[in-house]
Amino acid sequence: MLQGNATDTQITHLQRLWLYILCGLILIYLVFPIFIVVPLSFSDSRFMRFPPKDWSLRWYINFLTSPEWRAAIWVSLRAAVYTTLLATPLGVAAAWGLARSRLPAARALVLAVISPLIVPVIITAIGLFYLYARLNLVHTMTGIVLAHTCLAIPFVFVTVSSALSHFDIGYERAARSLGASQLRAFMTVTLPQISPAVMSGALFAFFTSLDEVVISSIISGGENTTLTKKMFSGLRDELDPTIAAVSSFLIGISLVILLLAVLMSKGRNDD
Amino acid sequence: MTAQSDTAPAGNAVPDDNTRQLAAAGRGETFRHFALTFPALLLIVVLVFGPVGWLFWLSLIEDGQFSLAHYQRMWTAAYFEIFSQTFRISLLVTGLAILVGYPLAYLMSQLPRRIAGLMMICVLLPFWTSLLVRTYAWMVLLQRRGLINDALIGTGVIERPLALVNNLTGTVIGMLHIMLPFMILPLFASLRTIDLTYMRSASNLGASPIRAYWTVFFPLSLPGVFAGAILVFVLCLGVYVTPALLGGGKVVMVSMKIQQNAALYFDWGAASSLGVILLAITVVLFWLLSRLTRIETMFGGG
Repeated sequence: MLQGNATDTQITHLQRLWLYILCGLILIYLVFPIFIVVPLSFSDSRFMRFPPKDWSLRWYINFLTSPEWRAAIWVSLRAAVYTTLLATPLGVAAAWGLARSRLPAARALVLAVISPLIVPVIITAIGLFYLYARLNLVHTMTGIVLAHTCLAIPFVFVTVSSALSHFDIGYERAARSLGASQLRAFMTVTLPQISPAVMSGALFAFFTSLDEVVISSIISGGENTTLTKKMFSGLRDELDPTIAAVSSFLIGISLVILLLAVLMSKGRNDD
Repeated sequence: MTAQSDTAPAGNAVPDDNTRQLAAAGRGETFRHFALTFPALLLIVVLVFGPVGWLFWLSLIEDGQFSLAHYQRMWTAAYFEIFSQTFRISLLVTGLAILVGYPLAYLMSQLPRRIAGLMMICVLLPFWTSLLVRTYAWMVLLQRRGLINDALIGTGVIERPLALVNNLTGTVIGMLHIMLPFMILPLFASLRTIDLTYMRSASNLGASPIRAYWTVFFPLSLPGVFAGAILVFVLCLGVYVTPALLGGGKVVMVSMKIQQNAALYFDWGAASSLGVILLAITVVLFWLLSRLTRIETMFGGG
């Protein structure tokens, strides 16, 4: 087996054993930190030693009984849901509009729509703070959701545009030539075909909002403090072990999202 | 005769009308397409372009008058050091990302789809995990009595714990972990398109595997490397959270200075001028990137 040729390079598996080992180490580097957090959260000690000596649920109890942490989770989840509900239709509409557009400026519009990904987030954050201070939107849910929607639109846009570029416009034309309106043709013909991309765009939007740190820590606060803001200030000031429990909770959410994304991309590959 | 000459112009006029109607319908459709893009654009223009333009304006105003004083004030050793540190860290992380990301992307591009898919999940898992969770994990792993130090002492490699966190080392380890997926994903996509029959031809012509790699495969992989490297470099320039948490105050990058100036000292002039310079560098690098590849594809599309 090891003597067999690995690829068209005529090199044997044995000769490039080092490559397999190196890649194994790299994968461990990538994944390991995520998996130590979970056992850590069940530790009984205030000091974050790994592996923990005694086990307990005290950090979870801390996390779930603290009104501040609970409020923060609630704020973050609500912001993520609102952002998804707002960014997904806006992103899909923009992608569909620009995919079919023969405007000479289409390329510039694409860049404008994805620009929130390009502008360093700290610049957007302090700019938004400056704007929100004048509109009384600092520390409001509306402010958080609008800001996160701006960051999430490009992800929805990119995923859906990519799906639309593989979608045969002929189907939509056929529907329209049979008398369907533009909207009806989109809803009944195009949308079902690109729905995996729309769903993964929506997941992206949800996660972008849930995970956003910089803007949240500058414009959220008071009763609308997000989970990330609370975690960020917690990590900066002290290594509060409650954060391990919060982190495990977030890892759980990521795993669910990743699983959904993999299932969806499977659906897309089968098309 | 006359009947025919009467119908002929009419026959021409019908398609003319049709063309006009089609053109009008076409214009209407173009307009509707633009209208679909409008809500997203409006939001982005108001919430991103607006404030950024405002910052640009602020950076040019001093005491109500137009001046370049904020930019002149940055011409000092302290600011110079911040920019140079930001560039050094970004270059270091980019270099490491190439060294670590290339072998993995290379192997993944040659393995059967199923195994490559499993490896891809390992690459995507950190990508989908909260940035703060990963940073927290590194804070725990790298601390004085953390797992890494314990393991190194336990195996007798070192005698005293190394200072791995709250300094440059910790910042680079954490940033590399965050940036690797941004290197591996575009690189993998690019390596997978390289036709391996070239390699077979090279060995048919007598090249050793190593020679075939360096003269055939490696040059073909360079565009992917450059695209990934520019993306990682430009993302590193704007990083804020990781150095703030893993740098322990010893690492000050441009983003952190902007935040300090704005939120701590309320010095909007200094914050905005720094922001404008950072943005200008970022835009130039993205422009370079757009010459190599379509930018959208770097963020999961394509």
